[in-house]
Amino acid sequence: MRFWKHLLIAGVALAFASPAAAQKKYDTGASETEIRVGNIMPYSGPASAYGTIGKTLGAYFNKVNAEGGINGRKITFITYDDGYAPPKTVEQARRLVENDDVLLILNSLGTAHNTAIQKYMNSKKVPQLFVATGATKFGDPKNFPWTMGWQPNYQSEGRIYAQHVLKNYPNGKIGVLFQNDDYGKDYLKGLKDGLGDKAKTMIVAELPYEATDPTVDSQIVSLKASGADVFYNVTTPKFAAQAIKKAAEIGWKPVHLLNSVSASVGAVIRPAGIENAQGILTALYGKDPTDPQWKDDPGTKEWFAFMDKYYPEGDKTSSFPVYGYSVARTLVQVLQQCGDNLTRENVMRQAASLKDFETGMALPGIKINTSATDFYPIEQMQMGKFEGETFKPFGPILNGEIGSM
Amino acid sequence: MLVRPETREPPVYAVGGIPLAQWRLILLGLGLVVACVVPFALKNFYIFQITLAIIYAIAILGLNLLTGFNGQFSLGHSAFYAIGAYTAAIMMENLGINYVWTLPAAAVVCFVFGFLFGLPALRLEGIYLALATFALAIAIPQALKSTVVEHWTGGVQGIVIIKPDAPFGLPLNSDQWLYVLTVVVAIVMYVCAANLVQSRTGRALIAIRDHPVAASAMGINVSLYKSLTFGVSALYTGVAGALGAIAIAFVAPDSFTFVLAVALFVGLVVGGVASIPGTLVGGLFVLFVPNIAESVSKGLAGAVYGVILLLVIYLMPSGAAGLARLVTAKLMQRR
Repeated sequence: MRFWKHLLIAGVALAFASPAAAQKKYDTGASETEIRVGNIMPYSGPASAYGTIGKTLGAYFNKVNAEGGINGRKITFITYDDGYAPPKTVEQARRLVENDDVLLILNSLGTAHNTAIQKYMNSKKVPQLFVATGATKFGDPKNFPWTMGWQPNYQSEGRIYAQHVLKNYPNGKIGVLFQNDDYGKDYLKGLKDGLGDKAKTMIVAELPYEATDPTVDSQIVSLKASGADVFYNVTTPKFAAQAIKKAAEIGWKPVHLLNSVSASVGAVIRPAGIENAQGILTALYGKDPTDPQWKDDPGTKEWFAFMDKYYPEGDKTSSFPVYGYSVARTLVQVLQQCGDNLTRENVMRQAASLKDFETGMALPGIKINTSATDFYPIEQMQMGKFEGETFKPFGPILNGEIGSM
Repeated sequence: MLVRPETREPPVYAVGGIPLAQWRLILLGLGLVVACVVPFALKNFYIFQITLAIIYAIAILGLNLLTGFNGQFSLGHSAFYAIGAYTAAIMMENLGINYVWTLPAAAVVCFVFGFLFGLPALRLEGIYLALATFALAIAIPQALKSTVVEHWTGGVQGIVIIKPDAPFGLPLNSDQWLYVLTVVVAIVMYVCAANLVQSRTGRALIAIRDHPVAASAMGINVSLYKSLTFGVSALYTGVAGALGAIAIAFVAPDSFTFVLAVALFVGLVVGGVASIPGTLVGGLFVLFVPNIAESVSKGLAGAVYGVILLLVIYLMPSGAAGLARLVTAKLMQRR
């Protein structure tokens, strides 16, 4: 008799338990207790400064776990070094997917490096989420539904400069200096698309340089001679510093639009001379923690508290920990939205349905929005002007969404 | 009746009662068995890693022919590796040619390039040659980005390749098939290298390494042999580069920096200078030791790698091949 009673209880319990269990769905890398997140960073090699981003991601997930995890699940963060060499990126991506059984790869860094694994990730149907590069090609849901960017892409940024110029210098003559590769052409296309019909008349000079060139001095002289009064400076840090210095030397004082790639005080402005850089414009999306205007901002305070407790050895004046923190928070938001349906497909679906998400360290008003056809999370920026020792944001939040305007 | 002249038996070197020559065959057979088991016993990821290790071993073999057997230094073999890789990538993606044909093409292109580079390099000896090849390693990644060739090389972005599937409906996935292809190519290339080194030509190469003046006095055309060795060495490394490009399914200038040249050089020294089987150890070292170093400490991976390298050099000063010789000698003494 007792046996039957027990069986009955067990049966009833099972009957009640099973619908609940059926709602929980997992792919490789997720379970009742953990979510496995992979990451690839250049901890060694020529780009090792970026390694800070990976360390910040890890530190933030430690914080999440210490506070109870995501819906009770702890994040296991596995990060590998690729030494900034694409073949190693491929090897590490395969190790993460095939050996460490991660649910997704987060924020792998480098344009060539993400290109190297994009086909693999998409054929394996593993999310390649929030890649750390601004190349516009990483927001192509039609051909690569498993790959998504994060930061403003180069074309969006170009559109934002176009809006600023159209509004404030409608009769400006634009001189462009750009690096002759995909990155430079992306920026140029963004500007032209943003200017629309006026691009032909407003752009008076387009001068390329090669990444292998020793200097861009002659291009600066030619741009001045072209009569341009707006300078669109699409260069990497070394050349940006040269351009700023040379323009000052020859007494050329245009409205100077410096791409955000080189909006670095340490790497560009100081070598070029602080006095030469006053008034330079760029587009911003993150808060600069050293800027005193954010001293009492709750988002910044939270960031400082996180840095003090979970990443005390990190550099609080660098932009990389701000970046890593914001990316990690975006992923946490995605995973929270996933609830108990932790399949790779649902991760992509939730990543593609972020609505007005604020990271806390983005400039006020800049929100993350994605959709099934919009794989570019951040597309808003605010113009910033170099005054004193920092870039100070000013003016409205501008929208550089591809397809807008 | 046949009367044989009295001959003294040559001494038979043996370990455990089995002559060394037979040991060599046994080990070779064991190696082949392991090579056949690998694609069916391991996860795809490990098959992929071992494929890469064998590819590096072929590249190191090329470097060894030049440095180990002919005594010419090179810190620029990443350049030949890159040329081989780009030859394969451009043929497959831009010209739509089957990947199998890219291997002989890479071989020819790299041989010609290596031979031509070897001609002016003849004037340089030792460290000066090392410096000249170093310049080549630095120049090639930059040259690949230049606008002149960008249409073909894809510039900074590189070229994405489609990974080939197994032909003839063989029941293998693409990792297994690439492993098989790589092993077959490797066997052919190792047999050729072994034959080359043991031939008249091989003896000439070694003579040039040991004493160029004496070699020249014996009628060896030193400059011709040196340039040819440069060509053959580049050929080996170029074929490895082509295989590497197919296995990784992507080429970009950042893949072939000076770091790769140094890695090949490290593999050469660790495996054993002038040892053909040693290059396999070198290939495994190049691929796996950085991973081991990283698993010990992420922040200090470079330092850990350095310590491992120092230990290896300290414990086996003449590489894995030297260690193997030492162990055999010890075992023979014990008998």
